[in-house]
Amino acid sequence: MGDAPANIFAAVSAPASRTSELSLFVLAVTGAIFFVVFGLTIVAVVRFRRRDTDDGREPPQVYGSNQLETAWTVVPVLIVLVLALTTARVIQSIQGVTRPANAIDVIVIGHQWWWELRYPGLGIVTANELHVPVSDPLAPTPTWLTLLSADVAHSFWVPRLAGKTDLIPNRVNHMWIAPTAPGVYVGQCAEYCGTQHAKMLLRVYVHPRDEFERWAQAQRQGDPQVPSELDAVVAGRRVFESNACINCHSVAGTVGNGRYGPDLTHLMSRATLAAGAAPLSPETLRAWIRDPNGIKPGAHMPAMKLTEQQIDQLVQFLLTLH
Amino acid sequence: MTGEAAVTTREVEARFWQRLHEWIVTVDHKRLGVMYVLYALLFLLIGGSEALLIRLQLVAPHNTLLAPQTFNRLFTLHGTTMVFFVGMPLIFGFANYLVPLMIGARDMAFPRLNAFSFWMSAFAGLLLYFSFLGAEGLYGAGSAPDVGWFAYAPLTSRAFSRGHSTDYWILSIFLSGVGSIGTAVNIITTVLSRRCPGMTLGKLPLLCWFYVVDSVLVLVGVPPLAAAQLMLLADRFLGAHFFDTQAGGSAVLWQHFFWIFGHPEVYILMIPGWAFASEIIPVFSRKAIFGYPVLVGAVIAIGFVSLSVWAHHMFAVGMSMTANTFFMVATLLVGIPTGIKIFNWIGTMWGGKIRLATPMLFCIAFIGQFLIAGLTGIMLAAVPFNWQLTDSTFVVAHFHFMLVGSLLFTVFAAFYYWFPKVTGRMLDEKLGKLHFWLFLVGFHLTFTVMHIPGLLGMPRRIYTYEPGRGWETLNLVITIGAFFQAAGVACFLVNLVRSLHKGKLAGPDPWDAWTLEWSTSSPPPEYNFAVVPTVRSRRPLWDLKHPEDPDWVYE
Repeated sequence: MGDAPANIFAAVSAPASRTSELSLFVLAVTGAIFFVVFGLTIVAVVRFRRRDTDDGREPPQVYGSNQLETAWTVVPVLIVLVLALTTARVIQSIQGVTRPANAIDVIVIGHQWWWELRYPGLGIVTANELHVPVSDPLAPTPTWLTLLSADVAHSFWVPRLAGKTDLIPNRVNHMWIAPTAPGVYVGQCAEYCGTQHAKMLLRVYVHPRDEFERWAQAQRQGDPQVPSELDAVVAGRRVFESNACINCHSVAGTVGNGRYGPDLTHLMSRATLAAGAAPLSPETLRAWIRDPNGIKPGAHMPAMKLTEQQIDQLVQFLLTLH
Repeated sequence: MTGEAAVTTREVEARFWQRLHEWIVTVDHKRLGVMYVLYALLFLLIGGSEALLIRLQLVAPHNTLLAPQTFNRLFTLHGTTMVFFVGMPLIFGFANYLVPLMIGARDMAFPRLNAFSFWMSAFAGLLLYFSFLGAEGLYGAGSAPDVGWFAYAPLTSRAFSRGHSTDYWILSIFLSGVGSIGTAVNIITTVLSRRCPGMTLGKLPLLCWFYVVDSVLVLVGVPPLAAAQLMLLADRFLGAHFFDTQAGGSAVLWQHFFWIFGHPEVYILMIPGWAFASEIIPVFSRKAIFGYPVLVGAVIAIGFVSLSVWAHHMFAVGMSMTANTFFMVATLLVGIPTGIKIFNWIGTMWGGKIRLATPMLFCIAFIGQFLIAGLTGIMLAAVPFNWQLTDSTFVVAHFHFMLVGSLLFTVFAAFYYWFPKVTGRMLDEKLGKLHFWLFLVGFHLTFTVMHIPGLLGMPRRIYTYEPGRGWETLNLVITIGAFFQAAGVACFLVNLVRSLHKGKLAGPDPWDAWTLEWSTSSPPPEYNFAVVPTVRSRRPLWDLKHPEDPDWVYE
């Protein structure tokens, strides 16, 4: 269990750590109840089982006891009271927080089956891999997520950072995270959203502040530096621009401005492909373009029936999108 | 010689058709009860096979046994089948058979409505599976529904669910609801108006009390679901926009409608389980039920509270703090009457002489498992904890502790307990114990273990998962457990078939029990009782057997 990268008790962010503390308290209380009640059941069964030496007479008939009934009503009432007050406090500490002025805003839009990530304050658009700065507990810089959906209901879940919040079409939801340790945290969609619900994975990169600034700077640069001297790249760009790719994908500086699929402007800055369905490499890119359904059956991207040469050229072009 | 044989064959054939005809046109509550249960067993096999396929797919990461869409259809059908076409017919089957016998009546209040309700439910189940033929044939766009058993909007809209599989799903659930409502009306009326002389409400067997509360919940809970299904149908065919988010509809509205049905439904399924336990535990502890009036009060309280907890299924949809807190408190309150029930069952065993026959074994396991289900329910009620647990395998484990660990265990207990009454023969004890232990081990391998991957971040309803998340070994164990359970069920079915002909003759009262069904022959005659009985206490047969120390002196 120690090597489980999405353990809800290995919290590294405020909502998850407060939740984890509450969870351990609730586990302790329910665990105690379990041992008492289950213990009583076992004692009853063992002590009062019919022996081989039984005389065959019926045991004394007892119909009830008001004192006992009162006792085992009052004690649960007290337990419920304690649990309710404790829980209400933690709900307040998570849901009752107002957005601090220095929070980073990210709009997360769920799609079948990938995550669109937009940083309105920073002018960044990316997909599937969320980058956020570490939040110093003394001077917190939490990340404020606005959750939307383009199609059906999804749910944002990165267990070590926070519990789930759903992304529901025609509705605006919010959640926040304040991670305290740099690293990569994994999660995935947690509301059944159709065929490829299983391969709608999420990664959150938590960077030290300066590293985050550098990442943001690189993502902000407008046009990708296309070394247009290379024939294969120029040809690849032409394949991209003259096929239906541009209906769904954007690449800054080209005619492609579709929004149905992920923005590819900085494709090569990501580690995975198709919402985590495969690691990103020239080989997987080639396989993906040739037949998306081979990697992610049911994915909405069609196989474009390109020739192998066209695929090579297109991949050469995509590899320049840093 | 050949002529003679031909006549005999024709006679046999004629007798077969005549008997089939008798069963199909019957309005006898006992025959309808048996048909409900057989029908549920058939669907239990179907739904169980679906579960085994689901588990085989999840046995290892990146397994390719099933295509994603096939997997999604399987869990949709598994859930829908188990809730609507196994759980509901099982509980109504037992109610049909037992309620009139236990209150000394000759039939249900509305025998023809009873038959109508059964056939509505039966055809509804067929309609769900007809989807495999019909939906494919019309559009070529998908065979069985794959929207999940709670079918969240807008995945069910035409944009995301093409073809007709979702329509078959809607219609089958709608029809089964018609059957459920008919039976609920029938049970309430029967208990209120058909009790034998002397049986005041305070002397009603607990099982009947529980079924009245259960039926009231059906009447309150099922109509909202039927309404939602009609709205969804209007969305899909008439261009309405109730749940169509692209035209301003509300996806959350569907969730409210569904869970206003769905949460009472959990109790609708579970209350009969408590009813069986409350009849069986006293008989096998040789003591009167402890705290009868308190148990009745507790189940009524649960009935009320269960109507105000539905949104605890929706803590992650972004409700306000006030709503979250309200539903958290309401849900925690359920724990109080639930605790009372468990304590009263233990109180019943305490000081008794417990016979560890198969029905009692299942009931004892039930108490432990129901306790765990309740405690994980408390964890799920603690809203922030819920934000982590909901839609993970933890929640799947939780409700299988309820529906399998609690309901199915008590249903098995009920089979072993009442089978002699229905057939006149005992189920085999040795096979029964083998069934119990196999199923118990399998159940815990599967569902106790299933809590853990949820805590380690594994969502439910995923057809495959990534290696290296600490889920592999756990999923392997879960799948092995599923096959232990299947072996247990196989023992059970063999036992049913064998005992039907070879079982020990039971006689009218094999368990030395106390309620009225044991005062008539096994199986009971069509009219149940030659003379309508008169009772003076909750345990009329105790009074008969112990004239020196009758119950009515104390009650």
